[in-house]
Amino acid sequence: MNAVWPHLPILQVVVPLIGAVLAGFLRRAGPAFAVALAVSWLMPLIAGAMLWQVLASGPISYHIGSWPPPWGIEYRVDVLGGFMLLLVSTVGAVIMPFARRSVAFEVEDGQQAWFYCMYLLCLTGLLGIVTTGDAFNAFVFLEVSSLSTYVLVALGRDRRALLAAFQYLIMGTIGATFYIIGVGLLYLLTGSLNMADIAARLGPEWAGHSRAIVAALAFITVGVSLKLALFPLHAWLPNAYAYAPSWVTAFLSATATKVAIYLLVRFFFSIFGVAIDFRELPVTDIVIALSIAAMFVASVIAVFQTDLKRMLAYSSVAQIGYITLGIGLANQAGLTGGLVHIVNHALMKAALFLAAGAIFFRIGTVRLSDLAGIGRKMPLTMTAFTVACFGLVGTPGTSGFISKWFLVLGALDKGWWVPVFLIVGSSLIALVYVGRVLEVVWLREPSAAIANASDPPLSMLLPLVVLAAATIYFGLDTQWTAGIAGTAVKNLLGGLR
Amino acid sequence: MPTLAIVTDHYHYAITIFLMMAGLYIVVARGNMVKKLVGLSIFQTSVYLLYVEPGKIIGGTAPIIDPSFTVYSNPLPHVLMLTAIVVGMATLALGLALVVRINEAYGTIEEDEIFERDRET
Amino acid sequence: MSYDLVLRVGTKLILPFILLFALYVQFHGDYGPGGGFQAGVIAASTVILLAITCGLDLAHRIAPQAVVQSMVPLGVLIYAGTGVAGLLLGKNYLDYSVLAHDPAHGHELGIFLVEAGVLITVAGTMTSLFYAFVERGR
Repeated sequence: MNAVWPHLPILQVVVPLIGAVLAGFLRRAGPAFAVALAVSWLMPLIAGAMLWQVLASGPISYHIGSWPPPWGIEYRVDVLGGFMLLLVSTVGAVIMPFARRSVAFEVEDGQQAWFYCMYLLCLTGLLGIVTTGDAFNAFVFLEVSSLSTYVLVALGRDRRALLAAFQYLIMGTIGATFYIIGVGLLYLLTGSLNMADIAARLGPEWAGHSRAIVAALAFITVGVSLKLALFPLHAWLPNAYAYAPSWVTAFLSATATKVAIYLLVRFFFSIFGVAIDFRELPVTDIVIALSIAAMFVASVIAVFQTDLKRMLAYSSVAQIGYITLGIGLANQAGLTGGLVHIVNHALMKAALFLAAGAIFFRIGTVRLSDLAGIGRKMPLTMTAFTVACFGLVGTPGTSGFISKWFLVLGALDKGWWVPVFLIVGSSLIALVYVGRVLEVVWLREPSAAIANASDPPLSMLLPLVVLAAATIYFGLDTQWTAGIAGTAVKNLLGGLR
Repeated sequence: MPTLAIVTDHYHYAITIFLMMAGLYIVVARGNMVKKLVGLSIFQTSVYLLYVEPGKIIGGTAPIIDPSFTVYSNPLPHVLMLTAIVVGMATLALGLALVVRINEAYGTIEEDEIFERDRET
Repeated sequence: MSYDLVLRVGTKLILPFILLFALYVQFHGDYGPGGGFQAGVIAASTVILLAITCGLDLAHRIAPQAVVQSMVPLGVLIYAGTGVAGLLLGKNYLDYSVLAHDPAHGHELGIFLVEAGVLITVAGTMTSLFYAFVERGR
């Protein structure tokens, strides 16, 4: 065990990669799923061990090929990184059992092994972005995860899935290219790609070159915002989420956008925040304005959707607004709220999309008009769905309340009253769209079309119930979310100038 | 700095920015999906230029240590761009594969026609 | 498909030299421009050229699809395996210095293995891309 301990950062990335290769060799759905399941269940153990190590004794640094940084690629896990790794890997592990039947139902037989291969590649990319301490390596992992995501989206049965994947590919590639333009400008300025080294080299003596730094900041912010679907750069998200296979939607909504948010936080607070006084730049104000716009506009659009997955997708755009609002506030409580909401939103959105997947598995559609009375036919599924819905609104006692509470505190710390009312106001709009679904699901008489529907098998039900239970648990016990996020934020803000 | 010097010293940036904007414009302005991908490729190519140009030193050679050379070019940008080219190729191949599938499913690769066909159904 | 004698004989004459050039680019990568990426594309171009001039069936016989598709993960496995070998021998991932009795030879061997992995994956990917696109129209 002692021999494995120092190599955990690389194992976190290489194990899913080798898993993907194995799934590619196996070619058959069953064995490929077994590999994916084994890898998914191993990942949280590695991430948990690293987080425990980081909390006990500070950041872990791992030198690929024994080349010391800044020359070689450094993998670096700090509290924020460990926190995100644990989130991504845990979500993957919890929802993986759901995949077997759902994927068998929604993806063609010959493509299922490739599906798991692509999932594992996507996991490799996502975990790699968080693990790496090298800005260019992060780009490579960003594209590894994105390219496999486009394939996963395109595997949906509906032909519009192809179109959604194509649009996502165009937007995602523009985002990634903006990101490397920004990194390229930083590289031209500093001659380094190691994130910590860039931050150290972009000292005050670069004041005269601040225009190049601002340009780099702008390119990276826009590029990463495209990937995380910050309003108004979210155009790819609703279609991609609506037409992708259900399980893919649940996985992506919980991990892909969240990891992009991590990258934004990393650049804002570990690189630019350390190098220049970035609170003097209008970037946080812009982020706050766009976040508030996202909270309202996307929520209002969600109210008028007729398709459950599409509605949840627009709700995701709105909820991402809360997270970026926390980033924009850039103070202890606000940023903590943003990070906590990453976890809370990941868990409840995964639960909601899994519930949508379970409905699709039983009745083959997720149009709201076809869901009348389904709560009586699938009581356990829809109870979990309802719990997650309350979390989405931010009802006290659910995890959604905790993150919004921290966001309100963050706004008050700045002496801002308006955002407080806006947070409450947008939660009321969330109540409207959530209420619309709940009314259809519980209060209407079941139609003949869903007469044979029933709760899905245990392998699909259990992940759903676990996620819904987590929504309540993290609403009552905040030690794991707000506690660790608070430590991470203290480290991030401690280095700011 | 005199205007002429800016032009002569930084002309390669002008080329980079022109390619960047041209590529991005094609992606935004064209409805044909293959043309969109061509624009995307041009856009990515501009980034290769952005990285590779500063790595070249006039008179410099490949960084393989040899007593008869003293000036070496920086190899790192080339290595980075080799990776970026592979990523770009993968993106292009995947994009074209999607276009082929879209053409089979819809019978056209013009975006507005596809939207129209989706609205009909 | 019409029978074009000059083209076919010409292709068959030139194919071994293209493959040889691929290997030259592969092994010259240590000392000059070259390496697995370029060599892989050149090697794949032989199959593509063969398919264009002599028909897809012959290409399928010489480079069967199952083999080509297995080459894609195989190369990645060689690359990752080289890295893991460093781990198992007690050093960091992708540390080549422990692969042979002295670090310099270890690096040579490590780079050789990694480049071989790249060659296999790139050649496999290029050929399967070609096959995938060509077979769509059939």
